[in-house]
Amino acid sequence: MPETLITLLRHLGGRVIHSVWRLGMATRFFALTLLYSGTCVRRPHLVVKEIFSAGVLSLIIILVSGLFVGMVLGLQGFETLQTYGSEEALGILVALSLVRELGPVVAALLFASRAGSAMTAEIGLMKATEQIAALEMMAVDPIARVVAPRFWGGVISMPLLAALFSAMGIFGGYLVGVVLIGVDEGAFWSQMQAAVDFRDDILNGVIKSVVFGVVVTVIALYEGYDAPPTAEGVSRATTRTVVSSSLAILAWDFVLTSFMFRGV
Amino acid sequence: MTMKKTTLDLWVGLFVAAGLAALLFLALKVGSFSAFEAGKTYTVTASFANIGGLKVRAPVKSAGVVVGRVTDIRFDNTTYEAVVTLSIGHPYKFPTDTTAAIMTSGLLGEQYVALEAGGSEKMLSNGDRIRLTQGAIVLEDLIGKFLYSKAEEGGGGGARPADGP
Repeated sequence: MPETLITLLRHLGGRVIHSVWRLGMATRFFALTLLYSGTCVRRPHLVVKEIFSAGVLSLIIILVSGLFVGMVLGLQGFETLQTYGSEEALGILVALSLVRELGPVVAALLFASRAGSAMTAEIGLMKATEQIAALEMMAVDPIARVVAPRFWGGVISMPLLAALFSAMGIFGGYLVGVVLIGVDEGAFWSQMQAAVDFRDDILNGVIKSVVFGVVVTVIALYEGYDAPPTAEGVSRATTRTVVSSSLAILAWDFVLTSFMFRGV
Repeated sequence: MTMKKTTLDLWVGLFVAAGLAALLFLALKVGSFSAFEAGKTYTVTASFANIGGLKVRAPVKSAGVVVGRVTDIRFDNTTYEAVVTLSIGHPYKFPTDTTAAIMTSGLLGEQYVALEAGGSEKMLSNGDRIRLTQGAIVLEDLIGKFLYSKAEEGGGGGARPADGP
């Protein structure tokens, strides 16, 4: 019995040390990426290409889910507000929940599973097929040439996607609330405008989405760069990207929210 | 290096333009800029016996128009009153004998500070104190008073059935 306990303890300790090790390496990787970002300024076309694959290709999923999330918010919010006879506050409910929380968070979760996983798989395969090693052979730094453009592409795309998600969601809430159910249109928009503050709500939402963009892309790129160069290794790294970036998004969301909306 | 126009550029351009348009939509149609930025305001304080549910950032209204915000609420340990700091937009001037009262508005019962202008020639300036104040109406007190007055006016009202046959 003590042996199994010791093995268990050793196993647990090993896992913890391993995670701390990986965290340290990921931080170093992040610092290196920032350090080698000069190439992106000199050759902006590399970043544009990554904005296309991270941002433009995620557009459909972001827009459609934004619309549906907004429509559900409209329906659910109406059901609840109706009990208090304050259906006109539907605009406030939809806009605040989207701009503050759902927009940045859900867009980042979708971004992690749509673009983050693709980044990991791409870099992992580049490593498995020894393209990264070939770049190093040609004295091209793979971090500057492969990683940094993808990082900036993701970081630039994320806030734009979150803004599109929120805008689309508010439109969805408007469709259900005003067009379908018949909440007064003037009250819907004017109460929304009175309650949503540019700096406290919208700007904080944008800050959140930028942070999520950094978190998701760093995790995705690091997992790809660190993946064992085998088919199984790449597939595991891709799964890990989705799992750990989703957890990281939610954890960071709590931290950022507790900073931003204290006592407002 | 010559730049070659590609369809990829077009798509990225469209995406960035749409994203910025969404941000603009959020900024202009959904939200509003707080009209009272620091620097364009002056602050006055007012002491209340009871502020009820007044919160920091609550609006300050005069004749129903928002003219400022509550920026700070503190408790004065010598007078045992609440000291509320009001930040009022510069275009709005009020006489020194203005009355500040805490009122309730809206369906959710959010509270605000209502300013009622007096007749003085002198205007309030930065750091002044509003002397005439009226605290929040506490519902429990109101119900208590109502019950007392009811009991007094109808003295035997409650007792009559007991006196009956």
